[in-house]
Amino acid sequence: MKRSRKTKVRLASLGQAKMTSTAGQFGNYLEAYNHVTAQGAEHEPVWLRQMREEGWARFSAKGFPTTHDEDWRFTNLAAAARTPFHRAARINAAHLAKEIEGYRLKGAVCQLVFVNGHFSPELSEMGGLPRGLEICALKRAFDCGLEECAPGGIEQHLGRYADIRRDVFAALNTALWEDGAYLRIRRGAAIEHPVHLLYVSAGAGEQIMTHPRTLVVAEEQSQASVVEDYVSIGDEAGFSNAVTELVAGDSAVVSHFLVERENPAAFNVSTLRIEQARAANVASHSILLGGGLVRNNVHPVLAGEGTECLINGLFVGAGHQHLDNYMLVEHARPNGASRQFYNGILDGHARGVFHGRIVVHKDAQKTDAKQTNRNLLLADTARIDTKPQLEIHADDVKCTHGATIGQIEEEQLFYLRSRGFPEMEARNLLLYAFAAECLDRMHEPAARAFAEELIQRRLSELVLAQNERAGQLHTEEEVQSWEEVG
Amino acid sequence: MALLEIDDLHASVDGHEILKGLTLTVNAGEVHSIMGPNGSGKSTLAQVLARREAYEVTGGTVKFDGKDLLEMSPEEAACEGLFMAFQYPVEIPGVGNAYFLRSAMNAIRRYHGQDELDAMDFLPLYRERLKLLEMDEKLMNRSVNEGFSGGEKKRNEILQLAMLEPKLAILDETDSGLDIDALRIVAQGVNAIRSKDRGFLVITHYQRLLNYIKPDFVHVLVDGRIAASGGPELALELEEKGYGWAEADEQVQHA
Repeated sequence: MKRSRKTKVRLASLGQAKMTSTAGQFGNYLEAYNHVTAQGAEHEPVWLRQMREEGWARFSAKGFPTTHDEDWRFTNLAAAARTPFHRAARINAAHLAKEIEGYRLKGAVCQLVFVNGHFSPELSEMGGLPRGLEICALKRAFDCGLEECAPGGIEQHLGRYADIRRDVFAALNTALWEDGAYLRIRRGAAIEHPVHLLYVSAGAGEQIMTHPRTLVVAEEQSQASVVEDYVSIGDEAGFSNAVTELVAGDSAVVSHFLVERENPAAFNVSTLRIEQARAANVASHSILLGGGLVRNNVHPVLAGEGTECLINGLFVGAGHQHLDNYMLVEHARPNGASRQFYNGILDGHARGVFHGRIVVHKDAQKTDAKQTNRNLLLADTARIDTKPQLEIHADDVKCTHGATIGQIEEEQLFYLRSRGFPEMEARNLLLYAFAAECLDRMHEPAARAFAEELIQRRLSELVLAQNERAGQLHTEEEVQSWEEVG
Repeated sequence: MALLEIDDLHASVDGHEILKGLTLTVNAGEVHSIMGPNGSGKSTLAQVLARREAYEVTGGTVKFDGKDLLEMSPEEAACEGLFMAFQYPVEIPGVGNAYFLRSAMNAIRRYHGQDELDAMDFLPLYRERLKLLEMDEKLMNRSVNEGFSGGEKKRNEILQLAMLEPKLAILDETDSGLDIDALRIVAQGVNAIRSKDRGFLVITHYQRLLNYIKPDFVHVLVDGRIAASGGPELALELEEKGYGWAEADEQVQHA
């Protein structure tokens, strides 16, 4: 493994107070917690209120992780931790309708829109749902009584998988979530088109936080795709802390897409916890294009026999973006196969992290686990840290991992130019070819086309910026950075 | 009409002068062969003409179709009608062959303000050229040169040449490493697009290729200069006597 030169570290301009680990420093979070629990006292069942309490206890005891924590070694949260994000009140989002249009996924079976963490029925499109698909905003399910709205589904699954002991962000989300999506795909139903969940941050001058919670229950032999999409309107720093629990029943086939395209000041932590029953086949596709400080946790547990799991990702960073991917693949039962493919493209002072952990439990014989992380660095100042971590407790398994770090090859660039491709177009094509490896693994056509367009657009921006940079003397503009001395 | 006029060209790589005053004119319709021993500057000449930046021109002029070639970027030279078949064709994973070819043709068409070709315009010519080069369409569904054999890569260069139809084609040791069959196919491709409007610069170490692509002129390159020029018979003479003969001759001339 080769590492590029260290990026220059800069002091963040956010917040002044030096944070200590006492809960008293989390005033903004405590305020939100008090609000949420006061609201919930009326209609939330006891089990949920207890769950929130545990989440809060966990978070307030542990606080934000530091770089001394092995799982956070490459990602410094100090500046983000002391930024006083506060919960956002529900706003009338009608004025955002026009802007939301530009974020829609063509060919989606339905779209749920959340603005600042609150469900926005007027911006959502939920007409004509196919048989076998049940979907509603999570809070509604509680408001109208779980027995009618979502019999059995929610209590049985919500909060049963996300690990609030290990992960403080999952704990914080559990304490503070106000809304999110609940999807249930009935036994044997095949939902042809993707479900689009659009989470919008519109701070309107304020540094807001949201804690979206999503639960996807795909019953036996069902099939569905879900696209979770994070966007921001405006350029304020916002904090999105999402947790999604995806439960795939026996032989269910589910694709999950995470699209991060928030503004460059956004702090985004997302945790996807997948639980796979016997012979379930789940794919997680992460497309990280935006955000300033992004942590993408993907944690599948291959809990049944003979499951298959694909973990596919592309992260594209420029400027001072910090994109951290933390994969934890747990093989718990025999004959499971997992494939991890992550490609990173980093320009400017961007920094990427790929942490790929594979745990094979004692019972998980005949596990076949593979991990590949490939990276392209477009500037000397960009940096990637890639770290495989295998933990194998069974004796008959196949586990491989590999990582590469390289640059755009001049030979390839010259070859294209010598055939008439303008330099910018040639660079774009080479970047795109690298990114396309990730697209080739997406099989849901509408979601794939959606991802393809977003990626193409982002790469064109990168090439354009490179071109402009080549044309002018290096000018260091002052932009906010989450990076600081750890 | 003079297509390529090279006058007293000097070029260096990493500070070492390789071309030391090369002068050569290629007219439309002519096939010129450049022969020479290893290290004489044959490939440097090809790279300079294709505008590779690592090759620094330190003196002389090159006019291509009346314009200053040394002022052009690689893509400008390509769009103006210069094509080099690479000695070592490059693999480009993730970029399909057909897409690559059509995009290259469209880049050139855009440069000339022409409409782009859609798939329907492109396919008939593409299929015809594939046949000419005895290439399997399935192979072309793969990425550019990825997993191609040496012979397939060289044929793919000539396929591109036959599709792009440049004014001047430079073949940089296209014959090296080819068996007789592949050589015949490559020559077939080249001969099919010979015309009175097009010039060829065939760079080779061996005379063998010239049995299939008959040159009008043969030049012997020694130590960065043309040491001898003649007709096709010069190639045969070289084959018989070896490059030592031309090198000796060069020394006599410069003594």
